[in-house]
Amino acid sequence: MGLVRMLHSAPAPTPCFPTKDLLLMTTIAKAPPSTRVRQRRTPMTWVRGGGLSNLVFLLPLLFIFGAFSWWPIVQAVVMSFQKTNLVTPALFVGWDNFARVLRDPLFFTAIKNTGYFALLALIFGYPVPLVVAVLMSEVRKWKGIFSALAYLPVVVPPVVAVLLWKFFYDASPTGVFNVMLSWFGIGPQPWIQSAASAMPSLVLEATWAAAGGTIIIYLAALTGVAPELYDAAEVDGASIWRKIWHVTLPQLRGVLLVTLILQIIGTSQVFLEPFLFTGGGPANSTVTILQLIYRYAFQNSLGGNYGAATALSIMLAVFLAVLSWVYFKATKAWSTN
Amino acid sequence: MTSTETRPTNDADETPLPVRDALGSSTQTLVSRRPRRRRKPAKEAEDRGIASGADWRRRSVRFPLGTSQIVLLVFLVVAGLGPILWLAKSAITPTQDTLRTPIALFPHGVDWANLATAWSTVHIDVQFVNTLWVALGSWLLQVLVAATGGFALSVLKPKYAGIVNGLVLGTLFVPAVVLLVPLYLTILHPPLIGASLINTFWAVWLPAGANAFNILLVKRFFDNLPREIFEAARTDGAGPFRLFWSIVLPMSRPILGVVSVFAIINAWKDYLWPLLVLRDPAVQPLSVRLPTLQRAIELDVYLAALAISTIIPIILFLIFQRLFLRSAGLGGAVKG
Repeated sequence: MGLVRMLHSAPAPTPCFPTKDLLLMTTIAKAPPSTRVRQRRTPMTWVRGGGLSNLVFLLPLLFIFGAFSWWPIVQAVVMSFQKTNLVTPALFVGWDNFARVLRDPLFFTAIKNTGYFALLALIFGYPVPLVVAVLMSEVRKWKGIFSALAYLPVVVPPVVAVLLWKFFYDASPTGVFNVMLSWFGIGPQPWIQSAASAMPSLVLEATWAAAGGTIIIYLAALTGVAPELYDAAEVDGASIWRKIWHVTLPQLRGVLLVTLILQIIGTSQVFLEPFLFTGGGPANSTVTILQLIYRYAFQNSLGGNYGAATALSIMLAVFLAVLSWVYFKATKAWSTN
Repeated sequence: MTSTETRPTNDADETPLPVRDALGSSTQTLVSRRPRRRRKPAKEAEDRGIASGADWRRRSVRFPLGTSQIVLLVFLVVAGLGPILWLAKSAITPTQDTLRTPIALFPHGVDWANLATAWSTVHIDVQFVNTLWVALGSWLLQVLVAATGGFALSVLKPKYAGIVNGLVLGTLFVPAVVLLVPLYLTILHPPLIGASLINTFWAVWLPAGANAFNILLVKRFFDNLPREIFEAARTDGAGPFRLFWSIVLPMSRPILGVVSVFAIINAWKDYLWPLLVLRDPAVQPLSVRLPTLQRAIELDVYLAALAISTIIPIILFLIFQRLFLRSAGLGGAVKG
């Protein structure tokens, strides 16, 4: 195992600093001199120098990450090029799995639906927490109650939230939301029963469940805005709106940029809502990429098509990686300004 | 005390009422009762918001701002608390009542038996205890891995620490979905053990331990601890184990609190993974069991079951509210 190799290379007399420097500059910069002084070749000095206890402390991390994170990641890449059914030995099939996924008519439906979900989630869920957080930051009394109320939906277990909303979304005239709409003279809506309104309904619940977390993040960022900036703006005669526009928002820019891409990454992996609300229906209008992966691997009557499932998940991961890279490149100039 | 005296410039601005301002800054405990001055002495040096004291005194600002805050409060009560209160009410309401008048404020007859039925007849109690086990094990393992790993990477710093740290942080960039299938197969045929871990709690505990975010948080925290303490302990002859147990662990309680909140809440929330690896209802947590109950039991009992599964997280939140909100803010700070 790689572990053993590291173990032996550790007491080597000439440490190779350049590569480590690249990986983590801070680690080297702050390394206490004592660890470097007592290095000799024999295993005994290695133990006395703390090599063994270092390893003992790292062991849980190395074992858990090795078996349940690093190895599965490697396996995912390998499996995407294999045909495997867990019975016969795995067979390398080149790009077949990817081709199989690309040929699936549901693939483009899933991409379209996931994109639609992400877009709607952005429209519903991106501006609202910002407005709420800015308003809340101006609250002078009982601020704690405001944040507790805003965060409460995040604490509700997501499954409970979905099942509860599923009941609220009852399409009959006596459904909870339909009764509430009737107060305003609006007729009963089909909610998750119709292909057109299913996705917006899902997004509405997802936004309700997630907004509290974003609000708290913005609130934390808002307390980080230096009061002197507002003072300075006031000296220049800035009104509240101008202060928000010219001080608050620019100061939040970093957080806003990161939450935007994190939200996109998160919503493109949406699973729970379509799975529990609609199971992908009506008429495949809520089949998302993760649902497709789940279907390939675990809902296949012919046995799990693990190759296609991993191929699709690798495609999604690569897409997200490229997207984030492009995003950070594109916004770099803007965020450091 | 200090927070009220930090901003002489503002006091200079507030020309209209100099006398009351002087009073305000000397008797700072009374300040919070008056809306126009700043909040209670804030924890962090946070004196003011976007609107200044002068702004708050202006009618054209105070009225819309105050009104919008009241609207916001109403909105938050309806949206944040409303569904939860509705669930609490419906849990003790007979089915017919809930169906006929879903949003009546008070039930026509209170049916406490729903809770008992859900608990002992539908046997939510089994899944409830399972959820506790899942949360407890995930928590223990995550704290163990994060504390020892963070200590080794930040304090002991062997030569290969940089590589390990890089590999751990690298996993943050891999979406969880990539792991889904290979991890499932790993659990099906785990290395070294031989027997399948499907339908055992280990299937949830072990992957939960591989949380790079925890390592990142704990390592950052340890990095910021003063090195002199470790040096002093080493000079006094403390070995790495002593250093870990007597010095670092007692100092790392705040960050381990944050890790604990994340661990327990995530264990309570998780759905897809336990759904895959815990097929047997006898070991399933609540989140996996609830959706399958929907068709099998009566609505009022079902809603009571939903309410029961929500109680613990909400109670934990109400008790450790500060910790929760700090963790949530911290999550953003680290990601940002």
